[in-house]
Amino acid sequence: MIELKDISVSFGKGESRFHAVKDVSLQINTGEIFGIVGPSGAGKSTLVRVMNLLQQPTQGQILIDGEDITQAKGAKLRQIRKNMGMIFQHFNLISGATVFENVAFALTANGYPKEKQRARVEELLKMVGLSEKIDVYPASLSGGQKQRVAIARALANTPKILLCDEATSALDLESTEEVLSILHRIKENSNITIVFITHDLDAAKKLFDRIAVMSEGQIVEVNDTYSIFSNPVHPVTQMLVNRNFELDVPDFVADAVQADEELYKIYYVGQRAYDPVINEVAKRYDVEVSILHGKIDYIHRQALGILVVKVKGQDAVRQAAVAYMKEHVYRLEKLK
Amino acid sequence: MLAETMEILQRELLKAIGETIQMMIISMVAALIFGTLLGLVLYITSHPMFVKNKVINGIAEAVVNVIRSIPFVILMVLCIPLMQALVGTNIGPQAAAIPLSIAAIAFLARLVDGAFREVDPGVLEAAFATGASIPLILKRVLFVEAFPGLVRAFTVTFVNLVGFSAMAGLVGGGGIGNLAIQYGYYRYETGVMIITVLILVVVVQAAQAIGDSIARKVTKR
Repeated sequence: MIELKDISVSFGKGESRFHAVKDVSLQINTGEIFGIVGPSGAGKSTLVRVMNLLQQPTQGQILIDGEDITQAKGAKLRQIRKNMGMIFQHFNLISGATVFENVAFALTANGYPKEKQRARVEELLKMVGLSEKIDVYPASLSGGQKQRVAIARALANTPKILLCDEATSALDLESTEEVLSILHRIKENSNITIVFITHDLDAAKKLFDRIAVMSEGQIVEVNDTYSIFSNPVHPVTQMLVNRNFELDVPDFVADAVQADEELYKIYYVGQRAYDPVINEVAKRYDVEVSILHGKIDYIHRQALGILVVKVKGQDAVRQAAVAYMKEHVYRLEKLK
Repeated sequence: MLAETMEILQRELLKAIGETIQMMIISMVAALIFGTLLGLVLYITSHPMFVKNKVINGIAEAVVNVIRSIPFVILMVLCIPLMQALVGTNIGPQAAAIPLSIAAIAFLARLVDGAFREVDPGVLEAAFATGASIPLILKRVLFVEAFPGLVRAFTVTFVNLVGFSAMAGLVGGGGIGNLAIQYGYYRYETGVMIITVLILVVVVQAAQAIGDSIARKVTKR
């Protein structure tokens, strides 16, 4: 378990002092994939660097499995880092070293016997599907392949924790899928804790068990992934989720709404995502319901449906119809 | 005229080349060892992830800057007591090699520092994140990533030294530069002047070409 207690990080002095992270407390459980999302500049990368002390916090404590590591230095700090792999947005491989040498570097750092290194590197590369690239230089690899080498390096010493800093943000869709599925498989086959920083909510949706939303140096919301998407509470979370669903109604559509019409965004969750509420409303009340926009997303095998509908009818009837809908859907949000 | 030029070259050229080579080897070796070390000190004492140390960094910076701001001719004169103490004389290539070495060390140190600064900080961060020790990171990451830059720094230093070693002729250091000044300049032997300058041009061109080609070969980007 990783515990952060009142972590603050500031840079600079006096007038130009900048608070990148402010009073963050978090608990990340063993064996979960914990995501930290937020707009760029929110302090996510600084926060993840605090966990392996690449960034010393200005204030607060870091506990790994109950042990306070905040003041660790020298050999002790190196020992702690060997138990924490890390991958980065720009892969950060040694360009003048082969794939083998890059992965073996982490083994050497941990005092792994030299004669056994080749076998161990082969095993790691097989896990990330890059066995045939063992003796090439990183320059000849694609972005996705570089990140897979970086994953092999990060996992070389079988760490208990894997930190991922925007690990898919520099990759195309296909490579992102590849990296996410490798991480997912790694997690299935071990009890590793993964902390993943990203601004990409698609990655979040596919991979994370729980999500913390960060904005301006603070954690504004923590919840399981499904709840973050189905019921975002904080305005920043709502903004991120809405942007991800891409269900904004164009202005000209919203402007064309008549006096006897209203626009609603409807959320369905779980089994209810399949309920024909729209049909039912049209049958029971004298209203017209037209669907302007909609999609169903699956998060951890649970359905989350969102529809943007226009309800047309006389005031009283329309209100009754909306009240009925509200009762039968997960959440209803008036747009206009 | 031509016969005279040939006679002077036959008599003096080989000796002059020998002296230049001697000066170059001594000062280049000194620069490679101590200049690289001083450059490393400049870098690691200014970098928070290594061993940031304001005092040591300040001293190293001051040493490098002071030496680099003294014109080489003045540096040679300033070094006369040191020459006397170390080699017992202030003329000849071995004596001239002392100010040459000092200038080359400071010059290369600054370039080495620059080559290290060019290394992607993310790569170093990733290396630190594995829990590797500083010596291992220096050896397997910093030097590997900076290597093409270091080769270029060595080349520039070599070329600079060719120029400085020619200047050493001015105060009796001997070598090709001495030949050019003594005969080409003072005795109006234009032929000698042209030949010596041509030799220097060829040496510099060759050094630059070889340096560039090695730098290209070791770049794996």
